[in-house]
Amino acid sequence: MREVVIALVPGILVYALVVHWGVLVQCLLAVLFALAAEAVMLRVRGLPVKLFLFDYSVIITALLYALCISPLTPWWINLCGILFAVMLVKHAYGGLGGNLFNPAMAGFVFVLLSFPADMNVWPAVYSLHSGSPGLLDTLALIFSGRDSIADIDAISAATPLTHMQSQLGGMNMIGEFTTDPRYGLVAGTGLEWVAITFLAAGLWLVFRKIIAWQMPATVIATLFLVSLVFYGFDAGVYASPLFHVFTVSTLLGAFFIVTDPVSSATTATGRLIFAAGVGLMTWVIRSWGAYPDGFAFAVLFMNALVPLLDHFTRPRVLGEAVDN
Amino acid sequence: MTRTLHRFSGGLHLDTHKHESRDVPSMLVPLPGQIILPLKQHIGLAARPLVNPGERVLKGQIIAEPEGYVSVPVHATTSGVVRDIGDYHIPHPFGIREPCIVIDADGLDELFPIEAVTDYAALTPQALQEIIRDRGIAGLGGAGFPAHVKLKEGVDNAVDTLIINGVECEPYITCDDRLIREKAMYVVSGARMIRHAVNAKHCVIAVEEDMPEAHDALAGHITAHDDIELVRVPTRYPAGGEKQLIQVLTGKEVPSGGFSINIGIIVHNVATAAAVYRAVTRGEPLISRYVTVTGEVKTPRNLQVLLGTPVSDCLKLCGYEDSNDTRIIVGGPMMGTQVRDCNIPVTKTTNCIIVRRKIPPIQELPCIRCGRCADVCPVNLLPQQLYLYAKADRFDETRQHHLFDCIECGCCSCVCPSHIPLVQYYRYAKFEIALEEQRRQGATRAEQRFLNRKRRLQQRQEVKQKQKAGSTTTATESGDTDADRKAFVRAAVARTRSRKERGTDR
Ligand code: SF4
Ligand code: SF4
Repeated sequence: MREVVIALVPGILVYALVVHWGVLVQCLLAVLFALAAEAVMLRVRGLPVKLFLFDYSVIITALLYALCISPLTPWWINLCGILFAVMLVKHAYGGLGGNLFNPAMAGFVFVLLSFPADMNVWPAVYSLHSGSPGLLDTLALIFSGRDSIADIDAISAATPLTHMQSQLGGMNMIGEFTTDPRYGLVAGTGLEWVAITFLAAGLWLVFRKIIAWQMPATVIATLFLVSLVFYGFDAGVYASPLFHVFTVSTLLGAFFIVTDPVSSATTATGRLIFAAGVGLMTWVIRSWGAYPDGFAFAVLFMNALVPLLDHFTRPRVLGEAVDN
Repeated sequence: MTRTLHRFSGGLHLDTHKHESRDVPSMLVPLPGQIILPLKQHIGLAARPLVNPGERVLKGQIIAEPEGYVSVPVHATTSGVVRDIGDYHIPHPFGIREPCIVIDADGLDELFPIEAVTDYAALTPQALQEIIRDRGIAGLGGAGFPAHVKLKEGVDNAVDTLIINGVECEPYITCDDRLIREKAMYVVSGARMIRHAVNAKHCVIAVEEDMPEAHDALAGHITAHDDIELVRVPTRYPAGGEKQLIQVLTGKEVPSGGFSINIGIIVHNVATAAAVYRAVTRGEPLISRYVTVTGEVKTPRNLQVLLGTPVSDCLKLCGYEDSNDTRIIVGGPMMGTQVRDCNIPVTKTTNCIIVRRKIPPIQELPCIRCGRCADVCPVNLLPQQLYLYAKADRFDETRQHHLFDCIECGCCSCVCPSHIPLVQYYRYAKFEIALEEQRRQGATRAEQRFLNRKRRLQQRQEVKQKQKAGSTTTATESGDTDADRKAFVRAAVARTRSRKERGTDR
């Protein structure tokens, strides 16, 4: 699992460089909180702390979680999500290997639902706005919250997904507002580079045989196909397949989140259905749901289906069909 | 040949480690001072002793007769005096004892008069089967299924294909390779006889691709008029597993829970074929076999060993020095079992003895459901689920997940990133279920019940002793079956680690 952590690093750095350096603070805080929470839980459960604390699983959880939340998230919200993820989602279900839900996604969704206003403060991307939050504003946001900033709108900006949702809600057609510079080439200025970095890192993991290619490929292919169909149907209301695929959450998720073995199906067929389900549900929530990004919800939704998937996709045992 | 080969799912390419022992000619092991012959060296019921302590027996004399249909007799493997009939350690994963006949060899190696058959083709299949049964022939490939039972099934059902299995897929083991190279004529002749006994339409002898010498040796003895196919199958573990080999050669699947004869196929090991040849043409009972001794010994090689010879004698002959940092495995590295005691005997199913360096116990981690085990399982099981159920003593669920289709090939344990000794858990579950079955059957017959009880108590006693010796925790309550099971798990998952290190169970 160490390789997975290593593979996340370039994406995080690109994120910090082109979007906002606050992500580094979030990652650092999340990892520290997560290690502390993990150590406490291992101690409470009487497990060997030294053995499990640095098995990288909790570090990966923390990094994935930190990449989902805004770089400007206040520290206590970061902490809440981590505590929820590690203590409840992971350990209350039996710790590594026993958890039904992906801890990082569950933690993210938990804070998203609990603190909707704070979770919606996203920094304006460097290259687009000179108003991108500076050192003091960032620290103020992270360490004392949004009330400490006089004019929050001056330094924050909606992400492309959020922007698109609100514009579509306002009855505008996609062609009319995607000329906005925030959309970049296909899926958001700056952000698309982050996405591509995660794609490259994911391919490296596939190449190193750390993860199997089937699940990421299925997620991406499914998302691409459904969005293509609807895009062809009405390009004014449905975003392009490239926009969907090259959004950060898609590529980060396809390679790093969906491939989490613990919370995904364990049979080969089950895993493919799981991945296809995530791709489909992501598109559904993004296009028709109340939240701009549906990836985390899609993963949790499919997590809940895993016992069923495992049950109904048990492979045919050698000689089973010829049984009677 | 023209036969198109098929693929079995899963499997592994392993480091074969065969060169150490394969090219050294085999050697006869000198007569040991004492012979220990388990009454059950085969699958089925144990044989019933016919001799008493103090009696003199001759080499080749039947000393225990088969009990029921699925059983074979036991022959004295040298002349001497019966010293004891009692329970001794046998090669078994849980280190249990089973009834054995112990003979003090007198060094004369005096033969019991035997009768040979000159023209087997004149015999009826039934007569041949009888000879094969009376000569104590059980499958020498590993499982030890009585050979005559397979033959009888073969006569009762139409046999399409007889497969003689020379696919020695497990690493380190070269005893079949060596046997074929040295006794190819026996193998081919034995194949002809078995074919005659079951009236098989086709006959295939299969060896692995990396056994060219054995292939050539066999080819030299097969005549055009034999109509025997000699096939080389790709080297991939476990290609030599009966069901896998059938799948590779014919594309057919043996029904789950069934036997190969259900699809018109019977499989015998090459060594079994050779034993059949000797039994029929010379009247010789099965009293010796080829055993590979390899690993951390001075001269890894194959030995021709009299059954009942202590494993320690074989090891000594190959230059093994007893030491604290080695461990001994009987059977192959994948399917064999580690033994504590070198005084256990070589039996009909002992194909290999490996000496390996002790490795520090690897910490078993939680299953992360990665599914790698399922990817390599040649039977398409879900080892991760089986493991969960076996660990939780949920035996009904293990059966629903086809525990009994597991061939214990060890592929799953081999790839598990969490180092879980999966097969040990399956063996434990099978063992427990068998015990339970035994209990249920025992309830019908008082005598049986008494015996079972005795056996059970003994096993418990042993487990408790082991528990005392191997664990720092205080013993659990006596007589509690649950505690016993836990103890079995602990014994089965023979990892020496202190309770503290492992922490409490979830
Ligand atoms: S290989 Fe090991 S960790 Fe992976 S699913 Fe199988 S048992 Fe679990
Ligand atoms: S040991 Fe059993 S479960 Fe494991 S790979 Fe072999 S057949 Fe499958």
